[in-house]
Amino acid sequence: MNTPTEHPIRWHEPGTSRVPFWAYTDPALYQRELERLFYGPHWCYVGLAVEIPNTGDYKLSWVGERQVIMVRDRVAPKERATDPGIRVVENRCAHRGVRFCQPPMDGQVGNARSFVCPYHQWTYKLNGDLAGLPFKDGVKAQGAGGECVHGGMPEGFDMQQNGLTKLRVAVLHGLVFATFSADAEPLEDYLGPAVMPWLDRLFKGRQLQLLGYNRQRIPGNWKLMMENIKDPYHPGLLHTWFVTFGLWRADQKSRMVMDAQGRHAVMISRRNDGGQSAVTEGVTSFKADMKLHDARLLDVVPEPWWTIDDPQNPGQTITPTVTMITLFPSVIVQQQVNSLSTRHIVPRGAGEFDFVWTHIGFTDDTPEMTQRRLRQANLFGPAGFVSADDGEVIEFSQDGFNQWGADGHTLVELGGTADGVGEAPTEHMVTETLIRGMYAYWKKAMDL
Amino acid sequence: MNTPDLVDPADLQSLLLHHAIDRFNADYAAALDARRFDAWPDCFTEDARYWVQARENFDRGLPLALLALESQGMLRDRIYGTSQTIYHGPYYTRHVVSPARVTAAGAGTADDPIRAEANYAVFRTKPGSVSEVYNVGRYIDAFVRTEAGLKLQERRCVYDSEMVLNSLIYPI
Repeated sequence: MNTPTEHPIRWHEPGTSRVPFWAYTDPALYQRELERLFYGPHWCYVGLAVEIPNTGDYKLSWVGERQVIMVRDRVAPKERATDPGIRVVENRCAHRGVRFCQPPMDGQVGNARSFVCPYHQWTYKLNGDLAGLPFKDGVKAQGAGGECVHGGMPEGFDMQQNGLTKLRVAVLHGLVFATFSADAEPLEDYLGPAVMPWLDRLFKGRQLQLLGYNRQRIPGNWKLMMENIKDPYHPGLLHTWFVTFGLWRADQKSRMVMDAQGRHAVMISRRNDGGQSAVTEGVTSFKADMKLHDARLLDVVPEPWWTIDDPQNPGQTITPTVTMITLFPSVIVQQQVNSLSTRHIVPRGAGEFDFVWTHIGFTDDTPEMTQRRLRQANLFGPAGFVSADDGEVIEFSQDGFNQWGADGHTLVELGGTADGVGEAPTEHMVTETLIRGMYAYWKKAMDL
Repeated sequence: MNTPDLVDPADLQSLLLHHAIDRFNADYAAALDARRFDAWPDCFTEDARYWVQARENFDRGLPLALLALESQGMLRDRIYGTSQTIYHGPYYTRHVVSPARVTAAGAGTADDPIRAEANYAVFRTKPGSVSEVYNVGRYIDAFVRTEAGLKLQERRCVYDSEMVLNSLIYPI
């Protein structure tokens, strides 16, 4: 009998300091992740408001494996104060399921007055409402008994019930999030008070400037990328540039913040001068003699907004040089010195995801600052001096899980075995607590 | 056979120029495919610029590039990074470069370089694995003439491939 059964997988180990390999490799579990996480009551990143500046501008994006259209709708003047005018609808015709909207090419930004599926010309407003369809009321003809109507949609066909799937949309400081779920709490509650000050620090009150995109396809489970940016242990070991030039290493003042449920996190740190110290002893990636031929690659200039009132210590300020924000399940927001980007996770099966980097600056940046941001982009992205090896180790991690099989597990015990959820932030980086925190939430959300 | 009267001297000039660029590109590709990476910066002038940039950014006038190097020194830093600092699964590359198309037959000076384009396809082969189409695009170049032959003042590799296959380590 081919009856559906309850998923047999269970997380038997106590706590989350051992993550079973099946969490990264099981196809049925991955389907459950799509349903419960990406299509469930979570807000997923889809893009930036600045990418669609004019009415009718649209861009294709993804929520999980579903392609969506992010579009700027017409908004009545009296509603402009409360309605940012950005809609997100699924790219799937209500009639025959066609993914009809095609990507713009040749340097164009997509722009539409309405969306039309070419198959049978069902036409939708920018907000996804069905506006019309051919032969809805049939075709008049002369029959034996005089005039009659051939075909048409049945009586009672409700246009309002047959639009595109509309997602709920929330825009925060120009970042656009969407959810298929009616149950997701308001976005700011979803992100939570521990994380919000760090998003405010980057973007509040500023106009973003789009610098461009980098895209990579990584043959590993999507969660490995979340783990990578919740893992402050590796950067000073894997990444020569970080340890040698003091951009990220274990002797820096740093803080690991998570939200009340353990799903989102912020890794915060302040760079130092690099060079030899106790934390470089025996670290093979540390290159004491490394000198750049062209020092402009690390031409870091502090920006005023780096300093804020310390959310953790009222009355004091804090000046991080790096904040890496993981917003479960779909995006990472990066500030690493003068380089700013969003990194969108688009899962493609249990063993693969696309990683889309959108680099940004601010509209009031000087040309020199824009140049600096672009130059520092050499450190990040699919070819980055730092980030290229993250994609590589994720691929090799997945290889390792696959070769052993489902009953293996990863070990996540640096800094103890507790998940740290609901506790004060860790004030150092010699810990894997943020990964344990994410799996505490994941286990619950996945009902495992 | 003596046919000089039949050959337009301008055509001959053009032929020689195209031939010189094709030879340059063949040597450039051979250095990369033979993994003689230290020879790569020598293909460029001291103040050369080198980009590897997604076509979507190039076509839209968005400035971001995958690699954006602004001097021969930065090219050397990239090679040091590639060989000494970026942990990666090693791979062979095979560049197939089309004949050049000269778009502006300048004098070959810094102020009036020779501008040319060529299509390329780079295949990747990891040891123990199959060959894959890795990066496909075109070179948009500015050449200057030096005592050591043609050198790149600018090379912009604009790639069609919408996805980098995980990472891009070695130059294109």
